[in-house]
Amino acid sequence: MSNTTFAPVRDRFRTIARTIVPEAEALDEAGWAELESIVEQGLASRPSSVRRQLRLFVRALDLLPLLRFGHTFRALDRRRRTRFLLAVQDARLLLVRRGFWGLRTLIFMGYYGRAGAAAAIGYRADVRGWEIRR
Amino acid sequence: MGDPPVIDKSYDVVVIGSGAGGGTVAQELAPLVRDGRNVLVVEQGPRISPEECNGVELEMAPALYQDDGGFLTADGTMTLAFGRVYGGSTFVYTGTSMQPPERVIRNWNVPGVEHSDLDARARTFAAQNNVHFLADELINENNRLFVEGCRRAGYVAQQFPINVRGCNGSSLCNLGCPHGAKQGTHRKQLPAAERAGVAVVTRAEALRIEEHAVIVRVSEKPDGAKGQPSEWPPGDYRIRAGAIVLAAGAVGSPALLLRSQLPGLPRRVGEGFTCHPAHILVGEHPGAITNDVGHPKSFFVDRAEEEGYVLETCMYFPFTTAKNLAGFGEPHSTLMQAFPRLQMILVLACDKAVPGNRVTVGRDGTPRVHYRFTEETIAALIRATRASARIFFAAGAVRVHAPSADPPLLEAADVDRIDERIDARHFKPGKISVSAAHLMGGCGMGRSAADSVTDSRGRVHGMPWLRVADASLFPDSLEINPYLTIMALADRVAEGIRQDAGSFLPMNEAVSRW
Ligand SMILES: Cc1cc2nc3c(=O)[nH]c(=O)nc-3n(C[C@H](O)[C@H](O)[C@H](O)COP(=O)(O)OP(=O)(O)OC[C@H]3O[C@@H](n4cnc5c(N)ncnc54)[C@H](O)[C@@H]3O)c2cc1C
Ligand code: SF4
Repeated sequence: MSNTTFAPVRDRFRTIARTIVPEAEALDEAGWAELESIVEQGLASRPSSVRRQLRLFVRALDLLPLLRFGHTFRALDRRRRTRFLLAVQDARLLLVRRGFWGLRTLIFMGYYGRAGAAAAIGYRADVRGWEIRR
Repeated sequence: MGDPPVIDKSYDVVVIGSGAGGGTVAQELAPLVRDGRNVLVVEQGPRISPEECNGVELEMAPALYQDDGGFLTADGTMTLAFGRVYGGSTFVYTGTSMQPPERVIRNWNVPGVEHSDLDARARTFAAQNNVHFLADELINENNRLFVEGCRRAGYVAQQFPINVRGCNGSSLCNLGCPHGAKQGTHRKQLPAAERAGVAVVTRAEALRIEEHAVIVRVSEKPDGAKGQPSEWPPGDYRIRAGAIVLAAGAVGSPALLLRSQLPGLPRRVGEGFTCHPAHILVGEHPGAITNDVGHPKSFFVDRAEEEGYVLETCMYFPFTTAKNLAGFGEPHSTLMQAFPRLQMILVLACDKAVPGNRVTVGRDGTPRVHYRFTEETIAALIRATRASARIFFAAGAVRVHAPSADPPLLEAADVDRIDERIDARHFKPGKISVSAAHLMGGCGMGRSAADSVTDSRGRVHGMPWLRVADASLFPDSLEINPYLTIMALADRVAEGIRQDAGSFLPMNEAVSRW
């Protein structure tokens, strides 16, 4: 993740990702590297301004809970992290809701885009179709 | 260093785009080639073979779709899916093949466009594309449960005619068919056109249209990318043409016209965009069902006329499913873990062309789609979601996921509270996922430049050399799956060009004239 969008905010990004997909808790370093490289590929064709905004958004998500809980996002337990993100998801400002939707979409892409995750949830579509399922 | 040299070429007709519209025009203009004319199709996407379609979601989506299938509307509240490949969106469509609806075509009220005419033409293409009903033994449980749920909940499920030949039920239609079974224009009309002498050049993006000319950039195949290299050497081309047919789709065609800034262009270019905004809903069953095997879309419920929506069976891939389920965390994961037990329904709203919903271009010429969900569209999505919840529970689902409920999961105990739980107040743009794949309008047909962009034959008002032949011709939404209607309209456009061909000059004289 050295030169990637979320490298400078890696811990913050991973804490958000673990809150969005609880199973990410079980990822080892190789798993995280795969997730982060998928996210990066997904962002590759986007303008650098989008990547900057996303990084800023991650920083803001980490700091904002200070106002409500007196702790950064990273320092909260899962229950409070979830409560906080639910509020962000429902924010009055469209810009904030959109930002969160974009971030969660990237995290889903990184997590469920891995062949391992697809297999783990029991997704079995195969080019051979019925041939291997009858 | 100056600009690289522009290579000059000349054709009688240049078609821009190779999807449902462009592929049809290419085939139907083949008789011109027999008469000594030359016809060229320029397509910005690559040629991709069935063998390259491996069903891997994150490999195929970037190879086949614009913006990986997630083109965002200007305010970021909806994603649009459209193909960018030889065959256009027909490469990734599901192949459900519907005749033009009589009521809708009548309401379009375009002088010269008769339902009976479109219907007859659509039937010809349906026959060409091997449209038929899938045999009963090939229907999976995801589809059977829909039929059963509809029966018990009092909805009329109808079987979709589909256009496959040798489908083995991989369920991967929207990632490109690995067996070439879907009869899109990449399998039928374009190969027929090429056999007849129509030239097709891929990785060739039309940058701008001038009077009787198209400026095209042919790109190198990127390292490691899927698909074949272009048929032409990379570079910029200025292609002169007697007639130009715009078939770049409901986003691409208006965008290309707008960035070309042709003098005298009708003011309504880009207006009237509609797209059947859709939600993906899931119902969880107690046991595993066949969902990710079998053709994904075999049945539908048509409530367009009465309630403004259509329900269709569907099945999506892990990331697409995750993205479309509302929320995150434990409840979201629980549903994802239940993948083998999920039944899926796609709900589509029959939106209307309204002022403001339109295609424009940014300063750099890239398309921007402005779309606001009207109260009517939201109400239709809510009715559709409620109906789907009833169908899921009637089919035996123990839990239903509805994006317009908060929290989005409905348990079986909620069955009597569906109307209360699923409500427009929970439809929060930017929070919930809405996507669309039936993109329509932007170069609508009509009477004159005051109310439309083209006439009923796709001639741009005031520019007889410029025709439109794709979904952008629709003056309003079609309220059902559109590809056969697009082909029927494109066929009329091609017929018009054949009829006018006498007024085209042979190229040697034409070159000096244009
Ligand atoms: C996932 C999905 C599933 C669908 N399922 C169904 C279904 O089951 N039944 C149904 O009826 N419809 C379905 N549709 C809709 C249907 O495929 C489209 O409505 C139809 O293909 C649109 O035809 P078109 O010619 O307007 O545009 P397209 O088919 O999208 O073709 C436009 C082509 O123009 C090219 N182009 C754009 N700009 C340029 C440029 N500047 N230079 C060169 N080339 C350019 C694009 O790359 C593209 O290939 C589906 C669509 C999608 C995305
Ligand atoms: S389900 Fe049939 S038509 Fe669809 S991709 Fe698989 S083989 Fe092709």
